[in-house]
Amino acid sequence: MPDKPKVPGLFKGLGVTLGILKDTVVDGANTVQYPHEKEAPPIRARGVIALHEDNCTACMLCARSCPDWCIYIEGHKQLAPPRRAGGKPRQVNHLDRFDIDYALCMYCGICVEVCPFDALFWSPEYEYSEPKIADLLHDKEKLGEWMETVPEAPALEAGAQKK
Amino acid sequence: MIQLAIEIPYWGQSLLRVLGGLVAVLLPAGTIVYLFLFKMMSFMQSRLGPMEAGPYGSLQLVAEVGKWMQKEDLAPDAADKHIFKMAPLVVLLSTFLLVVIVPFGPDAYFTNFSVGVFFGLAVASVSVLGILIAGWASASKYSLLGGLRAAGQLIAYELPMVLATLGVVIQAGSMNLQDITVVQNTGAIFGFSGLGNPFIITQFVGFVIFMIAVQAELTQAPFDMPIAESELVSGYMTEYSGFRFLIFFIAEFATAGVFAFIASVLFLGGWGIPFSWFGWDTIDDVPDWMNLVGPLIMFGKMLFLTFIIMWVRFSFPRFREDQLQTFAWKVLIPIALLNTAITAIFKVAL
Repeated sequence: MPDKPKVPGLFKGLGVTLGILKDTVVDGANTVQYPHEKEAPPIRARGVIALHEDNCTACMLCARSCPDWCIYIEGHKQLAPPRRAGGKPRQVNHLDRFDIDYALCMYCGICVEVCPFDALFWSPEYEYSEPKIADLLHDKEKLGEWMETVPEAPALEAGAQKK
Repeated sequence: MIQLAIEIPYWGQSLLRVLGGLVAVLLPAGTIVYLFLFKMMSFMQSRLGPMEAGPYGSLQLVAEVGKWMQKEDLAPDAADKHIFKMAPLVVLLSTFLLVVIVPFGPDAYFTNFSVGVFFGLAVASVSVLGILIAGWASASKYSLLGGLRAAGQLIAYELPMVLATLGVVIQAGSMNLQDITVVQNTGAIFGFSGLGNPFIITQFVGFVIFMIAVQAELTQAPFDMPIAESELVSGYMTEYSGFRFLIFFIAEFATAGVFAFIASVLFLGGWGIPFSWFGWDTIDDVPDWMNLVGPLIMFGKMLFLTFIIMWVRFSFPRFREDQLQTFAWKVLIPIALLNTAITAIFKVAL
């Protein structure tokens, strides 16, 4: 049997709404007037995915794991100069196209998780709506620009790197 | 009628009354919607509400009305078109007929009805007719269910409302709202006349019952079963769009304002200030400037009462249909009957 409340629930409810009314008038609302002032999302917010192109090897793991098939990758193999003098030229994958279609993306982040070379990063940036849906296809230059908005990775916990 | 140096011809008086009626209905409705529906509700939910249209969003209502006006006036194929289009007007009509009986000052009234209370309670039921018409003529199951719920609810809560008013009428000894105002302002509490004798003190039970019944008559939450949006889309208003929905919307909040006017006349002393403050004895002693101050006092009391109505609306969840009917028939009506009987005994005994 719960304790009988000191104030009947009806009046308690009226008190709650009146209290919030007072708080809003005195201290201001909890909401942000969006176009005039912007809310700072938490640094790990899933806003947009940025591409660090130099790390990408066009291995296609992200494209294959994407549930929406919204990542389009094209690449070709080419020869790079050998690392040591006198060695054979190396064969590397060169990235020709890396597009993410944000009209399809559902922000699951599997591509970021699955990337073995740390080429994809979450950025908290969220203002990239477009009047035309086709413009939501971000090519690799645009995805590269998002890299500037990627926050520094937080420091690892003590002992995290010990084998 | 209004004491002026110049003689106003009959058509002029009629025009003035029409304009006055429009102001008395639309001004409270607009104020209630902006002040309470837009701002107070937002503040109670810790947000600011409309802020873009005009300073602090004060022109939001103009934008909304403009939006509604330019929408297409749709009617369902199966609907009874003429009756469907008439229904919102019937609802609004009852609001305009209701404001007729409200006195705003010693000479500022639309008509001086000797059976004003009776007329008001009768005319208030016309809106039930409009709502039933809307529910039936829409040819939609949601509208029909909403209309039937509204009819059941409005009829159930009309009774406690009438009985609560009866206590005031017995105590004042008149059905004329002007007389009821004067009785309250010339009265005295145990010989102390500094406050007059507003009936909210002697008829507090009646006041509470009246306000609950008004809440139900206006179908404001927690009595909004007829338009329960999670079950019935929007009840009897489901099929209405644009201009006709706007009329329903205006009628809802204008009626809130007019009922608050009537409640302030019945229980809070209406336009008057206690006559003893200025040494007036009867209504004939009241100077002409009360015709200007009276409406302002009425407006203030109306705002106070609609604040309570809206506060309750924003705080409580909806009743179930059976709880709603049980509350009216098994709680409110017996208490109201008891209140009437006790008032009558005191009236005769004292």
